[in-house]
Amino acid sequence: MTKAQFYGEGFPYLKLKDMPGRLIVLEGSDGVGRSTQIQMLREWLEAQGIAVSDTGLRRSPLTQPGLDAAKQGHTFSRTTMSLFYATDFADRLENHIIPALKAGFFVLSDRYFFSIIARDVVRGADPQWARKVYGFALKPDVVFYLKADVETLVSRIVHGRGFDYWESGMDVRFADNIYDSFCIYQSLLIAQFDEMAKEYGFITVDATRPVKDVFSDLRDYIKTHLLPK
Amino acid sequence: MLVPHSYRGKLIVVEGIDGSGKSTQIDLLYKWLKAQGKSVHFTEWNSSPLVKSTTRLGKKEKIFTPTTFSLIQATDFADRWENYLHPLLKAGVIVLADRYAFTAFARDVARGVNRSWVRNLYAFAPQPDLVFYFQVPVNVAVERILSGRAKLKYYEAGMDLGLSDNKVTSFRLFQQRIVNEYDAMIEEFGFTVIDGTLPVETQQNLVRKTVRKLLRGWEGLPTPEVLAQRARAVYKMRQSETAQEELVGAGEIVDEAATIAPTPQEEAA
Repeated sequence: MTKAQFYGEGFPYLKLKDMPGRLIVLEGSDGVGRSTQIQMLREWLEAQGIAVSDTGLRRSPLTQPGLDAAKQGHTFSRTTMSLFYATDFADRLENHIIPALKAGFFVLSDRYFFSIIARDVVRGADPQWARKVYGFALKPDVVFYLKADVETLVSRIVHGRGFDYWESGMDVRFADNIYDSFCIYQSLLIAQFDEMAKEYGFITVDATRPVKDVFSDLRDYIKTHLLPK
Repeated sequence: MLVPHSYRGKLIVVEGIDGSGKSTQIDLLYKWLKAQGKSVHFTEWNSSPLVKSTTRLGKKEKIFTPTTFSLIQATDFADRWENYLHPLLKAGVIVLADRYAFTAFARDVARGVNRSWVRNLYAFAPQPDLVFYFQVPVNVAVERILSGRAKLKYYEAGMDLGLSDNKVTSFRLFQQRIVNEYDAMIEEFGFTVIDGTLPVETQQNLVRKTVRKLLRGWEGLPTPEVLAQRARAVYKMRQSETAQEELVGAGEIVDEAATIAPTPQEEAA
């Protein structure tokens, strides 16, 4: 059961009751291994006969083309970005996550709104303003915070997909080069996540360890707390 | 509550339901201010080039919910604020806005979102210097809209709310809810109420009178024409001074403090 509880006002025009599914969120930095874990969780849950649906930032069919185009341009300012991502999030929540939970699915969410407010705040947004924007957000059954230090992230990025403009905060230019900007930006984000871990009660998982160790932590938690007995 | 601003420019807003006549009034105001040689710009609701394709998609596919509709319009406004209104106000321009955050406060709440939630979305927007609210009975506004236009659009008529299967009935009910929200905001945001059933010229005179009072003693950013005229006057004055000095003759002691550095125009010449 996912309780119909929200961080703020919720959706006043929707009369929501508790839903038979489960909402599981994986939060954490760029390159921390969230999507690998989601893939593994999906396979494991499906093997138990559980229906799984997954979602992640920028996957809303409403906002995806517009957001992608905005990211290509050079006029995408802070508040605009913040609200565009909120639109994407709200659309997925109302039109994908909630219907899936009603249908009894386990929804695996690659990030939730916490990443968005971390980015907003690091870019200078008022933390209280950003939190209130997400007053419509449903409280997940669990938020796993996959935590890793910057050195680990750099190593994975270097041996993985390479440095990305946005993941390095180059729109703000924390430094005059992408490497230094990445390190500064990511450490500021980690500080935001650490703060939210306390505020929102994340389950912190040490993600500097091998993939299978991280996975067994997630699996054990889900087994104990979320799987039907 | 929106926070007052301290920008050099002035922000003047018109609000009211569809068919209240606000666009006609702001257009007349714009032309009047322009004719007076003021630096004036105009912006309207839902006009950000960055957000346009998304709004169009959502309307076409009818996939907006009250929350996503509210958020996409706030995104649109944020883009116009950050890239257009904010720099103009800082520069000292008079910005005229056909609809502002109050439109969201009225419509989105009429659609069912929470009042304080939507007010927080726009907390980055300052309180305008003037908000003209064109108040008309719903019947009058609806007649104006229906007589002037072929067909009501889906979201415009509030069809997403399921108030009625009939577009005109739905439109009336939806507009009434919006009016109720607007009326409740008169005091909250200090609206200047204009009776939208008065003749156009009478309304415009009231608008101009209020704006004139706001702009008394204020200058803001002069237009390029005004600046060029001023530079020309200064240039001429100096030229005649130089001519005078030559007339008085050389050998005189020049007071250094009184020596004026050449302006860029003079140097260029």
